[in-house]
Amino acid sequence: MSRSAVRSPAQDPVGALHHALHMRLASGQRFAALLGRGDPDAGTSLTALVAHDGDVTALSATLPAGVTHYPALTPQLPAAFWYERAIHDLVGLLPDGHPRLDPLVLPHRDDASRLLPHPGAPGQPDRIEPYERALSVHLHGTGVFTIPHGPVRSGVFESVEYLVETPGEDIPHLRIRPHAKHRGVQKRFEGMTVDDGVLLAERVEGIASVAHALAFAHAVETLAVARVPVAAAMIRVLHAELERIANHLDVLGKLTDAAGLAVATARFGLHKEHTLRLVGALSGSRFGRGVVVPGGVTALPRLPADEVTAELDRLQHAINGDVRALLDTSSFLDRVRTAGPLDPELARTHGALGPIGRGSGCTDDCRASRPYDGYQQLAPPPVAVRSAGDAQARMQVRIDEIEAAFYLTRQAIGRLPDCDTDQLSVVAQPGAGQAVGWAEAPQGEVLYLLDVDDAARISYCAPRSASFHNLMLFPSIFVGDILTDFPFNEASFGLSIAGVVM
Amino acid sequence: MPWVLRGLRNGVVTTGYPRRSDPYAEAFPASVRPLVVGSANGVPVDDTLCPTGAIHNRAGALQLDAGQCILCGRCVRERPDLFGWVSGSQTARLHRQALVVPQLPETDEAVELVRRQLAARVRRMFRRSVHIRHVDAGSDGSEEWEALALLNPVYDVHRLGIFFTASPRHADVLLITGVGSHGMAEPLRRTVEATPRPLVVIAAGTDAVSGGLVAPSYAVAEGIGELVDVDVWVPGSPPSPFSLLHALLLAVGRIPPEGR
Repeated sequence: MSRSAVRSPAQDPVGALHHALHMRLASGQRFAALLGRGDPDAGTSLTALVAHDGDVTALSATLPAGVTHYPALTPQLPAAFWYERAIHDLVGLLPDGHPRLDPLVLPHRDDASRLLPHPGAPGQPDRIEPYERALSVHLHGTGVFTIPHGPVRSGVFESVEYLVETPGEDIPHLRIRPHAKHRGVQKRFEGMTVDDGVLLAERVEGIASVAHALAFAHAVETLAVARVPVAAAMIRVLHAELERIANHLDVLGKLTDAAGLAVATARFGLHKEHTLRLVGALSGSRFGRGVVVPGGVTALPRLPADEVTAELDRLQHAINGDVRALLDTSSFLDRVRTAGPLDPELARTHGALGPIGRGSGCTDDCRASRPYDGYQQLAPPPVAVRSAGDAQARMQVRIDEIEAAFYLTRQAIGRLPDCDTDQLSVVAQPGAGQAVGWAEAPQGEVLYLLDVDDAARISYCAPRSASFHNLMLFPSIFVGDILTDFPFNEASFGLSIAGVVM
Repeated sequence: MPWVLRGLRNGVVTTGYPRRSDPYAEAFPASVRPLVVGSANGVPVDDTLCPTGAIHNRAGALQLDAGQCILCGRCVRERPDLFGWVSGSQTARLHRQALVVPQLPETDEAVELVRRQLAARVRRMFRRSVHIRHVDAGSDGSEEWEALALLNPVYDVHRLGIFFTASPRHADVLLITGVGSHGMAEPLRRTVEATPRPLVVIAAGTDAVSGGLVAPSYAVAEGIGELVDVDVWVPGSPPSPFSLLHALLLAVGRIPPEGR
C-alpha cells in the first residue's frame, strides 16, 4: 500500500497521463479506475489507478482552473467508459471524443445553471436533484421496443433501471440507469474523521461491509504508517471470509430461485441465515459491522475458537451436500451453462474483477497478488479460476471460493490462541497525504483513494467498488441470450447497486 | 430427485415467533440505551462519541434516539458506564418519538393515539393475509438481504399469511428501505399512488428513519418520512429479520406495541 506517485507534466497533463497509462497497460498491468476531483472553476484532477503485483499505483493529471474539457480516454481505453461518464456527472469535466456521454450517477443539465457535487472541492452542495430529461431515450433497430425493469423492481431488489431493448425474444441491447440510488456518499466522507469514515465505508456497499471497511482502513494505515497486530489481522480475515461465504450463498440462492428450484433456494437461504447468525454471534452485527477500525479491530470474536470451528464444520458439511446435489441437477445446469457468456478477451482488456473476471480466465485476486492482513501469514489456497465465462463458470468459481473461505476461516481462528490478544489495535493517526487501500470483496477488488488533510480529516475519498467496474460489462453478456435468461445473468453477476452509484 | 430428501434433512427449522418467543430474537443485541436513567448531571458527553448525533444530554438527562443510532457500539465501548446493549428484536415503534429512549412521558399518549388510528384503519382489512411491496429508496443493500431473509425457512413469513408482491396494486404494506434518495422520490411517489388504500407504510432501517450516517447529503432526504407518511418505524443498520417481522406484525395489528 504505497503512497501514490503523482506525475503531472505542465504541458498536456492528460496526454502524459494517457501515455503513462498506455505504457503500464502494455506491460501487463491492469487499469483499475479513473477518478475525478475538484471544480473546473478552481482546478480539477484526474487520477487513474493501475493494479499490478504488489501494489496499486495512482497516476494523476492536474487540469488548471477554467479548463472544462479534456481529451477522452475511452476511445483508446474502453474500460474508462463509465468512469468518464461519472466524472462528467460529479466533477463537470467534458471528455472530448467520448462515444456516449449519457448520465450515469447524477443526470444534470449541461449548462451554467447546473450545481454539481465537485468531490474533493471545499464545501458541501445544498441539494441536487437528478435532471431526468438529460437521460437519453433514443432506440434504434426495426421492430425493437424497450422493456423497462425498474427502478422499482419486481421482488426484493435494489433499485436500478434496466432498459431491455428487444425485438421480442433476443436482447440485442441493454441499457443500465443506476442513478436513482445515488446518495452522494463520496462527498459525505469529506470533513469526517477516519474513525467516522470507516463507519460510512461499511455502508457504501452494505453486503460487503467488511471489505469496504478493510480497504478504507488500509488506506488510513498506509498514511499512518501503522502495522496492524497479528491477532487483528486474523480476525479481519475471519470476517472477510465469512462475508464471502454469505455473499456466494446469496448468489446460489438467487440462481436456484431463478430456476424455480424451491427446495434448493430454501436450503441456501438457510445456510446463508446460519452464516449471518455466526457473524452476529462473533461480532454483534450480522454483517460484521463495527469490527474493523483503522489500526486493527474493536474486539475479539465473542465465541470461543472451538465453538466457531464446530459451527464452521456443520455449515460446510451442509453446504457441500447441497452443492453436490445442485451440480447433479441437470435441469438447473442447463439454464446456467452457456448463459451470459463474458468473452475472456473482453474480461482481460476490461480488467474484470472478482468471480466475474475469474470465471472468464482472469487470475487477479488481491488476496494473492497484493496480500494484506492475515493473508500474508496464512497459506491461501490457489485462486479459483474457470475459463468458460458463462454463468456456470462464475458459479463454479464461487463454489470453489466458499470451500477456500472455510479453509481460511479455520486457519485464522486456529491462529488466534497463539497470538497476543491483549492489543487488538494500534493508534492509526494518518499524516496528511494520499493513499490507496484495497481489499478483495466477494464481488471483487475494492479500492479506496483517500486524501487526508493536516487536521487528520478526510478531504477526498473515492471508493471504487467491484460492482461499478463489473456492471459496465453486464450489457455485453446477452449474446444469444433471451429474456428468460435475464434473471440468471443478473444473479450470476451478484453485484450491489449501492456500490455502483453510491 | 435428491431435493425432496434434502428438503427434509433438518426437520422443522422455522421459528415459533410470534406465538412463542424465539431465543435468537430475544438474545439479539438490537439496540443501545443509556444506563443512567434520569439525572446524568456532571457527565460530559463528548460530541464525537456518536457519529450520527443520536445521543442528547437534555437538561441533565441522557437520551438516545434509536432512530438515528447505527449500532456502531462506539458509545458502549468508550463509556460502558453510561451506555449498554439491549437484547431483544422487538424494536419497531408506531411513533417516531417513541424511538427515543428513555421515552418522554408525553410520547406515551401520542403513541396510543396513533395505535388506535392505525388499528381502526387496518382492523377489518388485514386480519388474515397481507401483501407487501418492498421499495428501495436508497439503501446500502443490506436491508434487502434482511427483508429477503423473511422468506427463508427460518422466518418463513408465508406461514403467517404475509407475502411479498411484485405489484403495488396488490399491496397492503409498503416496506421502504433506504435513506430517501432524490432520484427515488418520484418512483416512490408513483408507487405509493398506485397502492390501494388502506395502506401501511414501514420505514425499515435507521437510514429510512432518519438518514443515518448517509444524511445530510446533497442527494438524499433525511429519511423517507420526508417523502411519505410513515406508520411504523424500525431502527437498525440494518434491522434484523426479527425486527422487520415485528414491524410487519405491528403494522397489521397482530401484536401489541412495545414500550407502551
